[in-house]
Amino acid sequence: VAVGVMVEPGMDVLLGMYKVQAKIAAVDEQFRQRIARGQVSLVYYSPRGQECISAALGARLRVDDYLVTTYRGLHDQIAKGIPLPELVAEYLGRSSGTCGGKGGPMHVTHAASGVMVTTGIVAGGLPIANGLAVAAVLDDSDRVTVVCFGDGATNNGAFHEAVNLAAVWDLPVIFLCQNNQYGEHTPIGRSMRVPTVAQRAGAYGIASARVDGNDPVAMWHEIGAAVDRAREGGGPTLIDALTYRFYGHILGEDLAYQPAAEREAAIAADPVPAYRARLITEYRVADSVLREIDRDVAVEVDDAFTVALASPEPDISSLYTDVVAEVTV
Amino acid sequence: MAVLSFAAAINSALDVALGADPDVFLLGEDISDPGGGVYNITKGLSTKYGEHRVRDTPISESAIIGAATGAALAGKRPVAEIMIMDFLGVCLDQLANHAAKLRYMTGGQAHVPLVVRMSAGAGVQFGAQHSELLEAWLVHTPGLKVVMPSTPAAAKGLLLSAIFDDDPVVFIEPTLLYFGGAKEEVPDGDVRIPLGRARIAREGSDVTLISYGLHVHTCLAAAATLHEAGLEAEVIDLQTLEPLDLETVLTSVKKTRRAMVVHEAVGRAGFGAELSALIHEALFDELVEPVRRLTGPNTPVPFAKPLETAFVPTAQAVTTAVNRLWRGKLSPA
Repeated sequence: VAVGVMVEPGMDVLLGMYKVQAKIAAVDEQFRQRIARGQVSLVYYSPRGQECISAALGARLRVDDYLVTTYRGLHDQIAKGIPLPELVAEYLGRSSGTCGGKGGPMHVTHAASGVMVTTGIVAGGLPIANGLAVAAVLDDSDRVTVVCFGDGATNNGAFHEAVNLAAVWDLPVIFLCQNNQYGEHTPIGRSMRVPTVAQRAGAYGIASARVDGNDPVAMWHEIGAAVDRAREGGGPTLIDALTYRFYGHILGEDLAYQPAAEREAAIAADPVPAYRARLITEYRVADSVLREIDRDVAVEVDDAFTVALASPEPDISSLYTDVVAEVTV
Repeated sequence: MAVLSFAAAINSALDVALGADPDVFLLGEDISDPGGGVYNITKGLSTKYGEHRVRDTPISESAIIGAATGAALAGKRPVAEIMIMDFLGVCLDQLANHAAKLRYMTGGQAHVPLVVRMSAGAGVQFGAQHSELLEAWLVHTPGLKVVMPSTPAAAKGLLLSAIFDDDPVVFIEPTLLYFGGAKEEVPDGDVRIPLGRARIAREGSDVTLISYGLHVHTCLAAAATLHEAGLEAEVIDLQTLEPLDLETVLTSVKKTRRAMVVHEAVGRAGFGAELSALIHEALFDELVEPVRRLTGPNTPVPFAKPLETAFVPTAQAVTTAVNRLWRGKLSPA
């Protein structure tokens, strides 16, 4: 591709990203409703509002690329391609879950989809992403690793150690900050003195981008540039993707720390229906095409919950397994 | 066979592993040539295998352990060095929350075959932040294996097993053995000593002294003195604390009916407390006396030489304690 020529996403990519967003929103809706009705019990960190970032990420990564994410990771896990029935079952602690119910919402791994680690420790995933990337370098592979985290993680020492090491080693890793403006309950302006997360890249001499994370096409471009850079040996990138979480840090908490007007404005600008409308107006997609996607998604998500809820809880014997490798005598 | 020092035996194990398996690589601070690390343990290896496989890092222990963990998840066998055990304090999240738990949290999908090497122990007046033994933190963390060798041959054989083990292994190298440990014959090539097996360092019938790492030598010196006083001490070198070879311990204590655990780490909630409890639970009726512990005191490690010396278990303290265990029946050693 010649310099300066902007390759735009094709229709398959545009519709694929919409489908992923719709799927994330639908799964999230099911979890929130079922929790509210008391049908299921789980600690839940809703990703609602942050769908566009993951959808673009999923469109840019290969199955064999690695992803590391966080406790607010449902959207990333769906976008990377974890089969929904196994993913939902893991969130519900069922035996058919990706990790047999031993991980739960904060610790989803599905190696077949490239989702290697989901951590419950803020910034804990960044150093590990470097290691996945080192393995690609040692194997002379063009596989890339993406690690997602929130703005709050950029105040943790692990962020700084990891970004610096990735820079020094020129690792094929992408640090994707899903900047939802809050670290737990504290707004970003009270947690850091520099105006943007992106400029923290300058301290380590790596590439960076600041992008509207609720614009899937813009995200697709920025992630694509970072992935290309990493694949071609150009080293790491820090992406500062601006977004907002609709349901706070943890579902059910007191949201008094957030101005209600701010939250209501974000929800009014919900990126999922906004993108749907944009597909119709800007990309001339027929509403019937999107309705068909919506129907397919609704069926797939309903089926996933039906299958997951039918799965038995883990046998107690599994409590004792997988601590270390089974010893074969 | 070659006669090697403790440090040379570790270097030999790393050399053999790097040569045998392209998935093995090393990472840590200052580990490349010309120095080969602050203790020269990895000397020559970056020259032989290249700086892509013997990788210098910034002083970033979390990044080191994290990189090792991620690479291990992707099928590599990283050997990370964090120089000194006290530095676990700045990277324990990566080790205890991630490396140790990933196999379990993923329902067995993830394997984390990494080794973290570190020097440890008092005796060189490094003061409170460069002298601790923190093995109790590690054995309290399910998912970690913990190894502490006492001789050059053990160091090589156990390190090779650790590198080719499919779980995270913490490999603790007593600092004093780098400097003062005896050389011994060490097998050439890839000769492994299995994890989870204790070694009878000296046979005896009257009392069992149980230790690991440097203080196996303390116990052996005490056993020699006790022998002159007419008492035969059996010395068990645990070699690995997790997995623990309890069977060898219990077999010995059944025979001697008296046991003492010797370690340098502070005694309170230390590994000796666990081992003592295990022995009591299994052999309460057969013990003539309660299991005793001889450990470091419940203090940080001091700097001044007389204080540091007083902190560390000595052979004389072992013989005195054994005499107490025998209610003073021994003639003074």
